[in-house]
Amino acid sequence: MQNGASDVLNQFRQGDVDAFEGLFRQHQRAVYGWIQRITRDPAAAEELTVETFWRIHRAHARFDPAQGFEGWARRIATRAALDWLRMTRARHTESELSTELCAEVAAPSAADPAVTAEIRSKTALAFGRLPAKLRIAATLAVIEEQPQKEVAAALGISVAAVKLRVFRALRMLRTDLEKQGITP
Amino acid sequence: MNTHDEERMKKLLRQSLPPVEVEAGPGRDLWPDVLRRLDAGTTARVLPGWAWLNGAWFDGALLAGLLGLIAIFPTAIPLFLYYL
Repeated sequence: MQNGASDVLNQFRQGDVDAFEGLFRQHQRAVYGWIQRITRDPAAAEELTVETFWRIHRAHARFDPAQGFEGWARRIATRAALDWLRMTRARHTESELSTELCAEVAAPSAADPAVTAEIRSKTALAFGRLPAKLRIAATLAVIEEQPQKEVAAALGISVAAVKLRVFRALRMLRTDLEKQGITP
Repeated sequence: MNTHDEERMKKLLRQSLPPVEVEAGPGRDLWPDVLRRLDAGTTARVLPGWAWLNGAWFDGALLAGLLGLIAIFPTAIPLFLYYL
């Protein structure tokens, strides 16, 4: 079984499309789920899953079977999602962003009654204004509560750098909210 | 911002943007799309035109530039470390 998996990885590295399809079938769900956590948009997650596997295929010759496929695919997926976050942040107007995020926060589960819908909406909007690299770290580590080690591996940085990015994201978020008269 | 403030901000963030439910996979088979992309060999339309900058050569050029700046302005090292 182990040899079979190893064979598939070696065949993929040599550019075998059947081996690539096998890996796609095996990992597409995990890749899609990871991207959806970052983008919070199922349609974008589907397109970025395709983009990720295209990038994976393009880089097949650089793949090291000894390092495993899952982590490598996740790093590529994270980079594709980061590009998407940067692009959407640049492209979306404030009002569009506001509408999207307000729709997201319309029905929070187990929300603190002291935190009003307006505060949640403004927090979501301020979060959308953060730089993409801080936003992606905070999304994965704080909102999605993924292990920091996994977040660090996906972003290609150290755990300490993940903690720093999360800290900076929260500090910028608080500053933004304070400018709007909200004291978190 | 102290640890208490940090925890409060985390809580507020989780209340404002609850975790995504990712139980289900993609709503359709994406393999035909992947094959089409392989045939086309182009960058995705969902990504910006500058996505090709992700190439390894760009990382190398960026690193060389950074090392050059550090060599010229060694006092800027703490600033670079902060932004890593």
